[in-house]
Amino acid sequence: MLAMNYRGPFRVRAQQKAEPEIEHPEDVIVKVNRACICGSDLHIYHGLVPDTRVGSTFGHEFIGEVVETGRDIKKLKVGDQILVPFNISCGRCAFCKQGLYSNCHESDPEATAGGGIFGYSHTCGGFDGGQAEYARVPYAGVSPMIIPADIHPDDAVLLTDVFPTGYQAAEMGGIREGDTVVVFGAGPIGIMAARCAWFFGAARVIVIDRIEYRLQFAREFAHCEAYNFESLEDPVLFIKKTTDYFGADVCIDAVGCEAAGSALQWVTGRVLMLQAGSATALHWAINSVKKGGIVSIVGVYGPTDNLVPIGNVVNKGITIRANQCSVKRLLPKLISHIREGYIEPRKIITHHIPLKEVADAYHIFSAKLDNCIKTVLIP
Amino acid sequence: MENTNNNYKDIKGWGVDIDPANNPNYPIKHYNGDDHKRLDWERPPLQPVTVEILESVEQARMPAVFGTTLPPSGLSGALRRHAFKYDESEYGHWLNLLLADRINVVEGILDDLKHFRIPNIFTERGMKADWKYNRKELVTKAVIAAAVAGGIIMYLNKKKSDKES
Repeated sequence: MLAMNYRGPFRVRAQQKAEPEIEHPEDVIVKVNRACICGSDLHIYHGLVPDTRVGSTFGHEFIGEVVETGRDIKKLKVGDQILVPFNISCGRCAFCKQGLYSNCHESDPEATAGGGIFGYSHTCGGFDGGQAEYARVPYAGVSPMIIPADIHPDDAVLLTDVFPTGYQAAEMGGIREGDTVVVFGAGPIGIMAARCAWFFGAARVIVIDRIEYRLQFAREFAHCEAYNFESLEDPVLFIKKTTDYFGADVCIDAVGCEAAGSALQWVTGRVLMLQAGSATALHWAINSVKKGGIVSIVGVYGPTDNLVPIGNVVNKGITIRANQCSVKRLLPKLISHIREGYIEPRKIITHHIPLKEVADAYHIFSAKLDNCIKTVLIP
Repeated sequence: MENTNNNYKDIKGWGVDIDPANNPNYPIKHYNGDDHKRLDWERPPLQPVTVEILESVEQARMPAVFGTTLPPSGLSGALRRHAFKYDESEYGHWLNLLLADRINVVEGILDDLKHFRIPNIFTERGMKADWKYNRKELVTKAVIAAAVAGGIIMYLNKKKSDKES
């Protein structure tokens, strides 16, 4: 089968590899019909996530048709069109049973911090991802769901990660009616978080980034204010001034380990790799939020350390909420929101690109060419 | 600075999830006391181990399911095995893995050559897209690279001829 094949930092290609097989009674094999490139895929594409092995196939946002089922699969059958949440969750461990599906303890032998994730390095379990013609889906009876007939496939593929993660970013912010919410990052997750902040009753939503076309997209899609931090003297001071020197009620870090904006963070995190990437957005979020405010983190960071102003977290009494998204819990509500017409997630898709052109697709997304917001690969 | 969206309540879906009781992730953890049972839950069937899987020393047992792609091999594999002697809070774990990743890139090129495949690094880096959408910058970079290379060659040639004379 044709699959995305990682060759090293900034190098990928489409290449033939063996088709996946059933390896566990609760597996299914899916014939992929859409797979997104996620902003967090760029972290592994850029070589920032330890134990990313050459030959890996990325892709944790995909949908497809069930073509083979393991012997213990009762909920799905061959021919079903399913969406596959990015978390690999057993549904039985203490964490899954308490709703923490992204923290499953039965899907990742190589690290204990999170659970297994499709196509996201051996640190996240060593599973191949969905940027391929076929993919193995473990625990297929737990999180994957049949795509309702009235849900567009492009919306379905965004329900595997980006829409739920953006929603959870806003939800974890504990937004109260009338709150000012600041989202750092105008990538797909940040834009989605900004849009979802209104669902929780925000009175003001501000997005901070430096890519002008993305800021414009955020203004239109998320109905928010959007500012280029390169034209602000200091984004933290700007947030303070614009909130009457009080600070934002909620700040969301939707950037993670590749944030621009600080030479010190960039050199130590990206160039010298002395920390797990550049934590500028988190630094700003902590310093921009009000005393007693909430910082919600969905940006992805590597497993080593980061330089953040932890003293300000203590002194301001900030609550930090963070987790990978528990997609399964959110699906019923988010499907309902699509049906009600509150949001059309697929509007953020700017590029459909054939899988065989995966190298160009990654470069377009990574280098932000052609006004790219979100890329979908078609096997 | 003024709020630029005074009609925010007209935004589709505004306020539909105001009540935290209806939020799907609230509370984010449905505490049920199972934490105190530790690892004592009814486990899924166990996937047979058919390839070498590196296990964190912080794991009590192999998870029921795991990926079997790309078992460790070669020099990078040896380094990965070494990395897994350290726990996840030690630099010895992560920095060895990062080093193994970089060595693995060279192994990947050698493997390509072994299979009579010359990696097209320009294509793999998406240069076709650059040519289509970012031609000016691509050409500028190429001109700068050629100028730098030319300068180095001229300097080395001059040094060589100075020595000979």
